[in-house]
Parts: sequence; C-alpha cells; structure tokens
Amino acid sequence: MLIVHCPHCGVQADETELTNGGQAHLRRFGPGSSDAEFEAYMFARKNPKGVHFERWRHSYGCGKWFIAARCTATLEVFGTYPAQTTEPPAAIIATIKKRRPEWEGSE
Amino acid sequence: MRRYSAFAIAREALRHHLGWERAWASPEPRAAYDVVIVGAGGHGLATAYYLGKNFGITNVAVIEKGWLGGGNTGRNTTIIRSNYLQDPSAAIYEKSRSLYETLSQDLNYNVMFSPRGVMMLAQTHHEVRGYLRTAHANVLQGVETEWIGPDRVKELCPIMNIDGPRYPVLGALWQPRGGTARHDAVAWGYARACSAMGMHIIQQCEVTGVRSEAGQVTGVDTTKGFIGCKKLGMVVAGHSSVLAEKAGFRLPIESMALQALVSEPIKPCMDVVVMANTVHGYMSQSDKGEMVIGGGTDSFNNYTQRGSFHHIEETLRALIETFPMLSRLKMLRQWGGIVDMTGDRSPIISKTPLGGCFVNCGWGTGGFKAIPGSGWAMAELMAKGEPGPLAEEFSMYRFREGRFIDESVAAGVAH
Ligand SMILES: [Zn+2]
Repeated sequence: MLIVHCPHCGVQADETELTNGGQAHLRRFGPGSSDAEFEAYMFARKNPKGVHFERWRHSYGCGKWFIAARCTATLEVFGTYPAQTTEPPAAIIATIKKRRPEWEGSE
Repeated sequence: MRRYSAFAIAREALRHHLGWERAWASPEPRAAYDVVIVGAGGHGLATAYYLGKNFGITNVAVIEKGWLGGGNTGRNTTIIRSNYLQDPSAAIYEKSRSLYETLSQDLNYNVMFSPRGVMMLAQTHHEVRGYLRTAHANVLQGVETEWIGPDRVKELCPIMNIDGPRYPVLGALWQPRGGTARHDAVAWGYARACSAMGMHIIQQCEVTGVRSEAGQVTGVDTTKGFIGCKKLGMVVAGHSSVLAEKAGFRLPIESMALQALVSEPIKPCMDVVVMANTVHGYMSQSDKGEMVIGGGTDSFNNYTQRGSFHHIEETLRALIETFPMLSRLKMLRQWGGIVDMTGDRSPIISKTPLGGCFVNCGWGTGGFKAIPGSGWAMAELMAKGEPGPLAEEFSMYRFREGRFIDESVAAGVAH
C-alpha cells in the first residue's frame, strides 16, 4: 500500500484516502492549437519507468490537490508539494538527484 | 517436429518417455532477420506464427527479455469472450474467439480451450439497458450472445445469490461460446509451432536500443548484441512506452498494475465464467478447482508487477454478496501484472512514426482473449505494411483524429 505525505494537512495518508489525478505539470493548449498539440495534451501522457511527477487529491482528508514525485519502478516516494506551482521545487529535485543519480531531470 | 497424438503417448509409455523432443529450440541469434518481434508473450508469438502460416515469412526472431509467456500471458484470468459493443472490437475479438475454438488442432498442442460460457451480470437498471443494447449490437455483428433473466442465471450458476439487497441480479448477457483456456499452453503451443517453422525464439535477451537510418528501422541492440531486421514488431504489453521511447516516439499509453488471485482448490461448483461489472469482479473455477478471481486496476502508474492489497479486499468484499460461499474460502495466491491502458480502453495495432516499425499494445485488462486475433491482424499489418480490415480502426493516430473505439464508455469499466 502506498503511503504519501499530504503537504497541506501533514497527514501520512494511505492510498485509500487519496485519488490519483495523473501526470502533473501538464501545459494546457487553447483554441488555435494544432491537432498534435491537443493529442499530446489529452492522451500522450508520460509513462516513465522511474521518476514520475503526478497529481493526487487528498479526497478523504483535507480535499486538496498536491503533487508527488514517485518512482514507478520501486514505488518510492521522493517528496510531495502543493499543486499551485508550474514546476517541482528545487528541494524535491535535489532529493531525486541524490536518490537517482542517473535521472536526467525532466518533469 | 514430432507430432503429439494418442499414438505418441502410447509409444513413449513403452519406452520410458525417452523420445519426447524439446518443444522449441533455443538458438543463438543470427546477425539479421527479415522480421524481429520484441516480446515472446502470446501476442508476439501469435504474430510470428501467423506471419509464417498466412504469409510464408519464416526468417523471424522473437526476442524476450525474461522467459516465454512470463508477462501478462501467464498472469491473467484466462477469460475468452467477444461480446463487445463497438463494431471494430466485436470483429477482432470474435475472430480471436473463433480461432481459439480450433487452436489446439491448428497448433497440435492442447490449449485446453473450454467454451463453458461467459455471463456478464446486470446488477443495476443502467446495466440492464446497456447489455440489452450490446445483445442487439452483437446480433448485427454476428456474435452469438443473448439476454437471459435471473432465473436462467440461477440455473446456470446455482452458487449465486440473485436476491442480494445491494446488488440483486437482474439478468445477464450470456455468451455460451465464450470460456477459458490454459494460458501457458497458448504461449507454449505458439512457440512450438513457430520453432517448427524455423523461427528463432530467443529468451533472456533484452532490447536496449532501436537503430534506424533515414527514418527506417535497421535493427535492435540487445543484451546479446545487435540484431538487424527489415521489419520490427513491438509487442511488449506493460513496457510498450519504454520500448517506444527507445524508438523515438511516444504512445498514448499508461502502465498500471492489475491483480488476480485464486482460492484454495475445492470441488467443482461453478462451470461458467461470471463477470460482475458493477462491483467490478469476475470469477471462474480452474480445472484444479481453484476459484480464479480478478478485479479492477490500481489507480496509479506502476511497473512493479505488485498491486495494493486493498484492491484485493475490495474485489472480494464486493463479490461476497453475490457469491456468499466465498466468505468461507481461504485465498491461496495473489499476483499482479502491468497492463497498458489507452484513453479509450481499446488496443493499438498500428504503423508508427518510424518506418518498418509496427506496434501491438494497449490491450488493457483483457488481452488474453485477443491473442489469436491480435496475432492474425498484426501479422497482416507487418507482412503487407498496411493494416487489413481487422486492424485498420486500431491505429495509434485515432487519438489525434478523434476516432475513438470507446469501450470504456460501452463497458462502464476497464475490460
Ligand atoms: Zn491533506
């Protein structure tokens, strides 16, 4: 069972309290964008075997959205941070680089 | 290849079983092949088999990073059915089901296909309407299914409680010619038949890179060295995105864990397959007597082949109202596999941005039933370079074009 720290209320939440919201830091495309851009935005999700940034909602807790950096090959959680940001905080990146020196560092 | 038969069993019985051959050879890879298939699961081996059988292409290697059939082919609940709503789905799954009927004879290998019937329970009024619609669609598609009432459900599966307070059984979509097969035997049978045609099956050989020249594939780097090819087929459910990235493109796929479990073996009590999509559980009884139970996928991206325990609990908790006897059973084993999920929950059999490179993936939670049909359609695509009627709707470009084959809406669940 996955246990993730909610950065809003501080609870160590197990996954039954949480809802997964898919890939984080997606850039939206608006009117006038190409079909390829819409396809990438809507369907071509990153699916890395390794470091992944994803949205979670603390549904049965404080109800707020946050982002977790997690390894999909080991289920290790590197850290979490509130969702009101467009890129991962430097501290999270540093933790990941320490744990996964071979990681090339794109979110 | 020495054929299996009743006579062969008698002959071997008289000479201490010393005459059996290895079912397939394990050769060292050649420098190059006409076709390289990555992934020796059911779909990859079936693709190779129909390349040889239907198109006479036998200079083929099937390479596998683990062991043959050790991925999702050996990890599913072996259900075979074709009662889909959308026409492209019904066509390929029905082709597949019909190939299963004669697969043992075709491969000279007993895949233990058991057309015991598959029943999809309707436990809400919404489901009743949905399955009535599917039953009508199946009539038009030439797929033999029928709508049956609760009494007939009880007659076919007496261990079921049809009067549950939360999830009463209101009827079912019944496909009498659906059923199960022995999953390992499907992989082994195809492997033996491919080997007999002179194809190479190379296990313990992981692809580390895909090489190309001027937008055309030239071969793959592997842990056993470079292997050249004119055409490359990627058939690696679970790891499709990882391999596609090596080839330089991205697939509309996410990898998730799907679990299944079996109970301790008990005496025969259920001779049909039952699927309950409202509570999202399905069950059949294996020839060994175990109740084979599956549920839904976990919610997050995962490559570990391990799922979360609470999903197993949820599946059983939901099934107990309909199958009260489950509450007295001990569960014996549980396991997980990594499935490819697409946006519309339908598969991809497609050309790719890389010339000469073809992909077969995205079967989600229901790939086993599709193995023969998928291999048939993929072989046609690879041999001709263009999809035939079975594969053409399953292009990876349908997401850009908005031509979804939306079985996720049709079934209400992953399937
Ligand atoms: Zn919280």
